Amino acid sequence: MSDKKNSAGWSRRDIMKAAGAFSAAGTMPMFFSRGAWAAESFRNDPGNSATVKLGFNVPQTGAYADEGADELRAFKLAVKHLNGEGDGGLMNTMKPLSLKGNGILGKKVTYVTGDTQTKSDAARASAKRMIEKDGVLMFSGGSSSGVAIAVQSLAQEMGVIFMAGLTHSNDTTGKDKRRYGFRHFFNAKMSGAALGPVLKKEMGTERAAYHLTADYTWGWTQEESIKETTEGLGWKTVKTVRTPVGAGDFSQYITPILNSGADTLILNHYGKDMINSLTQAIQFGLKDKNVNGKTFEIIVPLYSRLMAQGAGKNLRGILGTTNWNWALKDAGSQAFVKSFGSEYGFPPSQAAHTCYVQTLLYANACEMAGTFYPPEVIKQLEGFKFDGMGNGKTEYRAEDHQCFKDVLVVRGNENPTSQFDLLEIVQEVPRAQVEYDAKIFGGELGPYKV
Amino acid sequence: MKAPTIKNDILVMLIFSAVILSMPIWLEPLGASYPDLLQKFAIFGIFAVGYNILFGLTGYLSFGHAAFLGVGSYTAVWSFKLLTMNIFPAIIFSVLLSGLFALLIGFITLRRSGIYFSILTLAFAQMFYNLAYSVLTPITNGETGLQLARTDPRVIDRLFSEAGEGLPSTDFFGLAMSGYSGFYVCAIILIVAFFISQRIFHSPFGIKLRAIKSNQTRMKYTGYSTRPYLLTAFVISGMYAGLAGGLMAATDPLAGAERMQWTASGEVVLMTILGGVGTLIGPMLGVGIIKYFENIFSALNEQGLHQAYSFMPDWLSNILVPMTSPFVGEGWHLTLGALFVFIVVFLPGGIMEGIDMIKKLFSKKSSEPDFEPIEKKTTPESGK
Repeated sequence: MSDKKNSAGWSRRDIMKAAGAFSAAGTMPMFFSRGAWAAESFRNDPGNSATVKLGFNVPQTGAYADEGADELRAFKLAVKHLNGEGDGGLMNTMKPLSLKGNGILGKKVTYVTGDTQTKSDAARASAKRMIEKDGVLMFSGGSSSGVAIAVQSLAQEMGVIFMAGLTHSNDTTGKDKRRYGFRHFFNAKMSGAALGPVLKKEMGTERAAYHLTADYTWGWTQEESIKETTEGLGWKTVKTVRTPVGAGDFSQYITPILNSGADTLILNHYGKDMINSLTQAIQFGLKDKNVNGKTFEIIVPLYSRLMAQGAGKNLRGILGTTNWNWALKDAGSQAFVKSFGSEYGFPPSQAAHTCYVQTLLYANACEMAGTFYPPEVIKQLEGFKFDGMGNGKTEYRAEDHQCFKDVLVVRGNENPTSQFDLLEIVQEVPRAQVEYDAKIFGGELGPYKV
Repeated sequence: MKAPTIKNDILVMLIFSAVILSMPIWLEPLGASYPDLLQKFAIFGIFAVGYNILFGLTGYLSFGHAAFLGVGSYTAVWSFKLLTMNIFPAIIFSVLLSGLFALLIGFITLRRSGIYFSILTLAFAQMFYNLAYSVLTPITNGETGLQLARTDPRVIDRLFSEAGEGLPSTDFFGLAMSGYSGFYVCAIILIVAFFISQRIFHSPFGIKLRAIKSNQTRMKYTGYSTRPYLLTAFVISGMYAGLAGGLMAATDPLAGAERMQWTASGEVVLMTILGGVGTLIGPMLGVGIIKYFENIFSALNEQGLHQAYSFMPDWLSNILVPMTSPFVGEGWHLTLGALFVFIVVFLPGGIMEGIDMIKKLFSKKSSEPDFEPIEKKTTPESGK
């Protein structure tokens, strides 16, 4: 490896340069104190090295491996675009944009990868390797909220920024939020808020719901949020059952539903778990049943195209929400689909989209801050408003590091025109409808400096 | 086999200590010299050395030792949450509590031997895992894992200072447990653990454990009740596992249920067999190989392979990269599996057997008579 860490931190000359640059750029008195901050040494300072390294920590094995593989593709694409290779992708549509297509702050971007195995321990070990051995400035990735929360707290301990990939639990930016962790993806609370009106319109106000829930932080918070929504509509909750992640066979959980008196099944599952549980639920004939004079319905609150591909025609007509879909018609989405498609030959998933956007956002924040010094980069990201990244106008809320943007309510396509055309967009729920008070989940971000 | 002498033991100890403490230097060219992996080497070393006391000496194959590792971790994190961030009490509690659990489980499972014992321990471990994963979520926080919070009571720490901003970090009387200092603390504990294990191996107690392995019935006929010895060995190895679990939490204050899964128990079995069952150094070698594969091999990607082959002509590296890439990165399990099969088939005694073979080869070359091994069989070994 060519880039040696500069353990001594900044040299006197660098400090003078940085301070000079900052005082020249700054007109507000605040900038002076910022300049002084930026001069401090921090972990994995690239110093005079010509390259910077980012770490992509994704599940390559386990129930979420499909998502992980797609995330990795997106990361590689983002690095290409940052270095000015390829067609530039979302860098053509992002507003405001500080990136110049010459790496980050003039340093070429390189990357290392790791396997989280969808386990907290393995993910932390892998992240630690990236931070301690490879010297990454930022790491990203995800697919399990349990893992995201575990590595996010590591990010805080180590003082290295974590740009969360796919993580949907309320806790990630709720009670377990951290100053060094950022999430672009939406969360269960927003899914519930977006689904509510659509459910009311399509299924009425008198239903009895049965939950099957993945037994970890994401499942718990999604169950809670969806329950809150449906009970708000007047639905009853018959029962909530927790299932282990990666169970494979869900038949033992599905048989009791048949005689429970429930007329709606809510599957708080994701990845291969969701593919298996949904397929089995259909095989058991749930969708053809008639309970309480209503046709039995299944709802999958968190959808992804990769899952839709796995579940095939079982998914037809089933409602859910998603962060982004490749069929969106705005310029940003189209640009991303085009460059991802020409690179890999198929459209990107929402997991790929969020990871790509997160990488660009981090790089952009470094350019805006004019330094890699994490507290400065964090301050740029907090409250950052941007557009043209495929979700319309988006804001990184400063209080909890959660992005707020429109949420898509989708339905499994009844008549797909291609093998990727699996989700039909029912409604683009505006941001105002899914917003909530940052204080409701508790938790605290912690300090800027660690 | 040469009979152990005190002089030999001291020599082995000295070499072992030197090798362990100098790990940051000699692992550098292998790309494995960074604090987290070094800590893992030392911690899993303790785990495997302890496991070897049971499996290596008595031949009782336990598939449930990860349960004690988990108990140790949870205990340590709770100690960080309730008492102090100093690892000293955390580790003491980890060892004691996992010892207690080992006593309980050992008391029940050791009524059977062989495959029945293995299955019983596996069942207990699975029970512990499920308890931690879903039933005892208030204590273990389920899949998310037990984590520190700023608002934890930390009674002892609060006596001396106010809670700072952000999460506190673990220390050993002021010595930070992250980074290289954390490794040295683990390394010294490993050396002490190794020393104790060496003493056990060469003590009358150790000889009795070996007697159980070679023929338990005969031992019973000579008037020994074997179960107390077995139980002691089980508890000791359980405490070693607890110590390792406590240290894992000390270097990284988070305890997750997957640490107790049966695959984690299987891992320590693999480590021991790979290195050499019943040998002192073997398990350490096994740990080194498995952890190296898990952390370094799994992170190699095509980009890395191209770099590794950069000394070769382009056409050759272009052929080699697609050929080798299925075996690195996410395919690291494949390589490890192949290696394991190779070792079990050709070197049933693990890597230590390989080393012994090489040693013999060299000692033969150094003009020793060919019939020496036969002669050795007939002479009493205790003569030395």
